[in-house]
Amino acid sequence: MSVAPTKMFGAAIKRREDPQLITGQGNYLDDIKLPGMVHAAVLRSPYGHAKILKIDTSRAQAAPGVVAVFTGADMMDINPLPCAWTAASGRVQNNINTPRALAVDVVRFVGDPVALVLAEDRYTARDALELIDVEYEPLDVVVDGRKAVEPGAPQLHENAPNNIVFEWDCGDKAKTDAAFAAAEVAVKEEIINQRLLPTPMETRGSIARYEPSTQEFTVWMTSQAPHVMRLLLTAFVFGIPESKLRCISPHVGGGFGQKIFCYNDMAFTMWAARKIGRPVKFVEDRSENFKYSTHGRDHITVAEICGTRDGKITGLRADTIANLGAYISTIAPGIPTTLYGRILSGVYKIPAAYCRVRGVYTNTAMVDAYRGAGRPEASYLIERMIDRFAAEIGMDPAEVRRKNFIQPEDFPYDNGLGLLPYDSGNYEPALDKALATIGYKDFRKEQEEARKQGRYLGVGISSYVEICGVAPSAWIGLPGEGWGAGLWESANVRVHLTGQVVVTTGSLPHGQGLETTFAQLVADELGVPYENVLVEHSDTAGTPFGYGTYGSRSAAVGGTAIHKSVTKIKEKAKKLAAHMLEANPDDMVYEDGKVYVKGSPDRSKTLAEIALQASVAYSLPEGMEPFLDETTYYDPPNCTFPFGTHIAIVEVDIETGRVDLLRYVAVDDCGPQINPLIVQGQIHGGITQGVAQALYEQAVYDENGQLLSGTLMDYAVPTAAQVPHYELDHTVTPSPVNPMGVKGAGEAGTIGSAQAVMNAIIDALSPFGVKHMQMPATPERVWRAIHSSNNHN
Amino acid sequence: MIPSAFEYYAANSVDEALKLLAEHGDEAKILAGGHSLLPAMKLRLAAPTVLIDINPIAELRSINVGDKVTIGAMTTYASLLNSAELKAALPVIAEAVDQIGDPQVRNRGTIGGALAHADPAADLPAVILALGGTLTAQGPEGTREISIDDFFVDMLTTSLEPNELLTTITLPKMGAGEGASYVKMVQPASGYAIVGAAAWVKLNADGTVAAARVAITGAGPKPTRLEEVENALVGGASSEEAVTAASEAVSDELELLGDIHASEDYRRAMVKVYTRRAILKAIKAAS
Ligand SMILES: Cc1cc2nc3c(=O)[nH]c(=O)nc-3n(C[C@H](O)[C@H](O)[C@H](O)COP(=O)(O)OP(=O)(O)OC[C@H]3O[C@@H](n4cnc5c(N)ncnc54)[C@H](O)[C@@H]3O)c2cc1C
Repeated sequence: MSVAPTKMFGAAIKRREDPQLITGQGNYLDDIKLPGMVHAAVLRSPYGHAKILKIDTSRAQAAPGVVAVFTGADMMDINPLPCAWTAASGRVQNNINTPRALAVDVVRFVGDPVALVLAEDRYTARDALELIDVEYEPLDVVVDGRKAVEPGAPQLHENAPNNIVFEWDCGDKAKTDAAFAAAEVAVKEEIINQRLLPTPMETRGSIARYEPSTQEFTVWMTSQAPHVMRLLLTAFVFGIPESKLRCISPHVGGGFGQKIFCYNDMAFTMWAARKIGRPVKFVEDRSENFKYSTHGRDHITVAEICGTRDGKITGLRADTIANLGAYISTIAPGIPTTLYGRILSGVYKIPAAYCRVRGVYTNTAMVDAYRGAGRPEASYLIERMIDRFAAEIGMDPAEVRRKNFIQPEDFPYDNGLGLLPYDSGNYEPALDKALATIGYKDFRKEQEEARKQGRYLGVGISSYVEICGVAPSAWIGLPGEGWGAGLWESANVRVHLTGQVVVTTGSLPHGQGLETTFAQLVADELGVPYENVLVEHSDTAGTPFGYGTYGSRSAAVGGTAIHKSVTKIKEKAKKLAAHMLEANPDDMVYEDGKVYVKGSPDRSKTLAEIALQASVAYSLPEGMEPFLDETTYYDPPNCTFPFGTHIAIVEVDIETGRVDLLRYVAVDDCGPQINPLIVQGQIHGGITQGVAQALYEQAVYDENGQLLSGTLMDYAVPTAAQVPHYELDHTVTPSPVNPMGVKGAGEAGTIGSAQAVMNAIIDALSPFGVKHMQMPATPERVWRAIHSSNNHN
Repeated sequence: MIPSAFEYYAANSVDEALKLLAEHGDEAKILAGGHSLLPAMKLRLAAPTVLIDINPIAELRSINVGDKVTIGAMTTYASLLNSAELKAALPVIAEAVDQIGDPQVRNRGTIGGALAHADPAADLPAVILALGGTLTAQGPEGTREISIDDFFVDMLTTSLEPNELLTTITLPKMGAGEGASYVKMVQPASGYAIVGAAAWVKLNADGTVAAARVAITGAGPKPTRLEEVENALVGGASSEEAVTAASEAVSDELELLGDIHASEDYRRAMVKVYTRRAILKAIKAAS
C-alpha cells in the first residue's frame, strides 16, 4: 500500500527518471537499432567559403559495404529547412536563407554538409568519406560580425546585401538620445558576448524509417520539440500530409536549446530511407556537433548608459551586431530581438531606452537559442553597464541597483521596450538576502586588508530578470513578434478504471525532471498517491500537439495545461459522485482524492470509485460521456518574469592573471517551487554554464573559418572540480499569470551568473584602473588588462 | 571520432613486441595506456594500420628503489602515485602525477607512453628532465641507454628509433640537501600544461645553490631545460630575490608557441613566473 499523499507540491523528492538513466538503462537515440538499418556519415566542407566545382562519388560508391552515396543535387526534390521565427515579420525585412539537407553549389562554413554516405556500419561509412573527391574553388571568408557588414566584405547570400539578415529596433530613440544629451554622466563600452558551444552530453542525430505500403515515416530524433519537427518536416520540407510522419524523442541527453531546431539530418535520413527502402541512422560525433549543430550568443554591442551623479539612471542605448552564422536556423532571428532587446533594461526603471540589432551572416556555424537565449546577453549587458556606471560616479554598485530597481507597486510593469508587462517582482529582498549571505560589508573590509597584502579580491553583483513561460500566442506570433505559430501548451489527463492517472503532455523532459514535477502537481491536485501518476510524452503518436520544452516554459505553460485538465477532471468527478450518492452536484466537495457531500464527509466516493464508474459506464448522469478524460490547450495570458540576485567573490593572482572563484551566492525567485531539489539542480547547472562563459568557454574561428576550439581538448566545459560550491537561497513571489503562481527555473542560473563573475573580476582589478574586460576572463586576458593599465608598476 | 581500421596484436614479451615491430615497420604503433594514441586515432590525426599492445608484458610494470630508482615503462600513473617507496625516494613524482588528467587517465596512462609520446604539453617530461633521468631502449640490436637530455627532439618526436621499445626509466634518488618540485598552469579544457615548470636543486650547507636542473613544458614545441636559469642559480643564494633574478634569465631565444589559450608573449612571461615558483618550492623541499 502506498502512503497517502501529503503535500507533494514543494516536496524535494528525487527525480523518478534517474534510476533508469543513471544505471545505464536509458534508451537514447544511439541505443536504437532497427532491423536492416544503415549508417550515415556526412562529408563536410573543409573550407569556410567555397564554390563546389565537382563532386565525384564513384570511388566511395564502389567501396565494399557502402550502400549509397548522395549529394545535394540528388535531394532537390525536398525544400530547404524552414525558418519559423523571423524578426517582427511583416514590419521588418528579413533576408532569410536556410540550409538544405546538403549544400548545393556553394559551401558557406567549415562543416557545411556536402555528401552523404550510407553503409552497413558506421566505420565503413566514415572510411568511405575519404573516397569522395570534391573540387572546391575557395572564396573569401568573413567570420567576425562587425567585419561582415563593412563595405567590401565577402558576401554570403545574394538576397542579403552587406550580409544583413535584418535590422530591428525597439524602444524610443528620440527620447533616449535626448536623455543622453541632457545627462550628467554617460559611459560607453564595447560589450562582447562571445560565441559558445552548447555541448549537450548527448550529441544530436536522427533515425528515419519509411513504410512504402502506407507511405509513412517514423523518425526518432534527439529533439526538444517533436511535434514542431513533424509540422516543419512535413508541411515545409517534404510537402507531405502531417499524418505521414511520426516523430519520437527517446531519452534526450541534454539540449540547452541546441535540440529545439529542425536540422538537415532529419531531412536527409528521411529522404534516404525512402530512397533506399531501409532505415537510416545518423548520429553526430562530438567534432560534428561542435562544427555543425547550432552555437549560441555571439553579440558585439556598443552599449551606453547615462544618469545623474547621485546614481539615477536616465538612459540606456545599445547597438548590437548579432552573428547568426552562415544560414538562418529555425528560430534564430527571434533570439537577439524579442528575447534580448525587449528586456535590455533588466530590473531597472530606466525612463528612456533604445536598442538596435542587426542580424548578420558570416562563414560560421548557425547561431540560435542557447540556454537563456537572448536574456543572458541582455542581463550581462545591463549588469556590466550598471557596474561601469557605479564606478564612474564612485557609488557602491549595490546602492546603484537599489536606487533604480522597479518597485513592488510598479507591477505589472511596462519597460517601454515592447515587452509584455513584467508580471510580478520584488527585487530588493533578493538583493538584500544575497548581500547578507555573502557578508557584503565585511567583505569590503576584508578586500581592503587583502589589498594591503598584495592580494586582489573582488565582489560582483548581478540582479537579473528574465522571460519565462513563453508565450501568449497572439503576442509572440505573426501578428506580433514574428514567431510562425502559436506557443500554447497541451495536456491530457485520464483516470483509468484502476484509478491510475495517466498524463500525456506536449512538453517533454530532456534533463528537467518533468515526469517528476508533473506527477507531483497532479498527485496533489487530485489527491492521489504520487506513484499512481504516470506521465507520458515525446511521441507525436499518442500525445496531444505541443510546442515543446524550451524557454523555461514547461512548468508555467505545460504545467498549467495539466492543472487545468485536472480541474476539469475534478468537476466531472463531482458530478458523477453526486449521481452515485444521489446528492445535489452543487453540494459536492473534492478533497484529498475523495468527493463528499458538503457537511457530511461520510457520504463520499473515492476518485478510484468514481473512475471505475466512469469507465464501466453502467450508470452515468443524463448526458455524461464515459471516462474521466480531459484535455486542455492552454495559451498563457502573459509570460512570467523570474528574477534574483547572484553574487560572486573572486581572487585574482595578478602575477599570472588566474582567477579563483571563491564563493558564489544565488538568490533566485521562480515563484513557488514544485520541487526544490530539481530547482536547485537546474540552478546549479545553469550557474555553471554562466561561470563557464565568464571564465572558460569560447568558440574561436580563425580568419579562414576554421573552428580552432573544435574539440573538448580546446573548448573548456568546466567539470565540478573547476567550480565552487554554490550557496543557494530563494525568495517566493508568485506569478499572477497562472493558478500555481509558478514562473520557471530552467535558465535563470545561466542568465544571472556570467556578469556576477565578471563584475567581481573587474572589482578586484579596480586598483589597476581596469574598467571592462571581455569574456572569457582567461588568465592571459586578465594579465593583459592589468599590464595595460596605467596603475601597474 | 571513428578511427580507421587497424590490426591488433598483443605482445607477451619485449622480444615478441620487438619482433612485431620489425615485421610491421612504419605501419605499426606501440599501444601502452592508449590515452594519447587512441584520441589521436579517433580524430584521424594518427592512422596506424597495426597496433602492438604491450600491456600484457608484466616485466615492464615495476618500481624498484635501490641506489637508484628504476621504473618500468608500462608503470601506470596510478601505480606511481600509490607507491610509498617511490614517494619517499622521489616525492616530486607523486606531486606531478597528481596534476595529470583525472583518475581514468591515471589508471591507464603510463610513464613510458608519456615520455615516448613527447607531447609538448605533457607533465612528466619536464620532471624527468629536471631529475636527469636515463632511459633504456631495446631494439633489434640490443639495449642502449639514452640520457633524458638527448631524448626529446621536437614536437611529438624523440630519439627512439621506430623499431625500439622504451623499457625502463632510471632516476637518481633525492639526496641530502636536494629538493624538487613541479608546478603548472592548467589549460582549462585539456588539463595539460599551458606552462609547467620542474626544478631540482641541491643546496650547500650555507644555503647557497650547489646544483640545479630546471625544465619547462607546455610553453614550446618540446620540453626543454633552462640552462641559463640553472647557471644563474648555481653558486648563488637560495633567497627569493636570487631565485627571482635567476628566473629572469630565461633566454629570449627560447622557442615558444602561442595558441588560442595563451599567446607566445604570455607564455614567455609565465615561464618566468612558474620557473620561479618551482625553484622556490624545490628549495623549500631541500631545506
Ligand atoms: C582526458 C585526458 C587528459 C590528459 N591529461 C593529461 C595531463 O594533464 N598531463 C599529461 O601529461 N598528460 C595528460 N594526458 C595524456 C596521458 O598522460 C597519456 O596517457 C600519456 O601522455 C601517454 O601515455 P599512454 O600510456 O597512454 O601512451 P599511449 O597513448 O598508448 O602511447 C603514446 C605514444 O607513445 C608510444 N609508446 C607508448 N609506450 C611506448 C614504449 N614503451 N616504447 C615506445 N613507444 C611507446 C605509442 O606508440 C604512442 O605513439 C591526458 C590524456 C587524456 C585522454
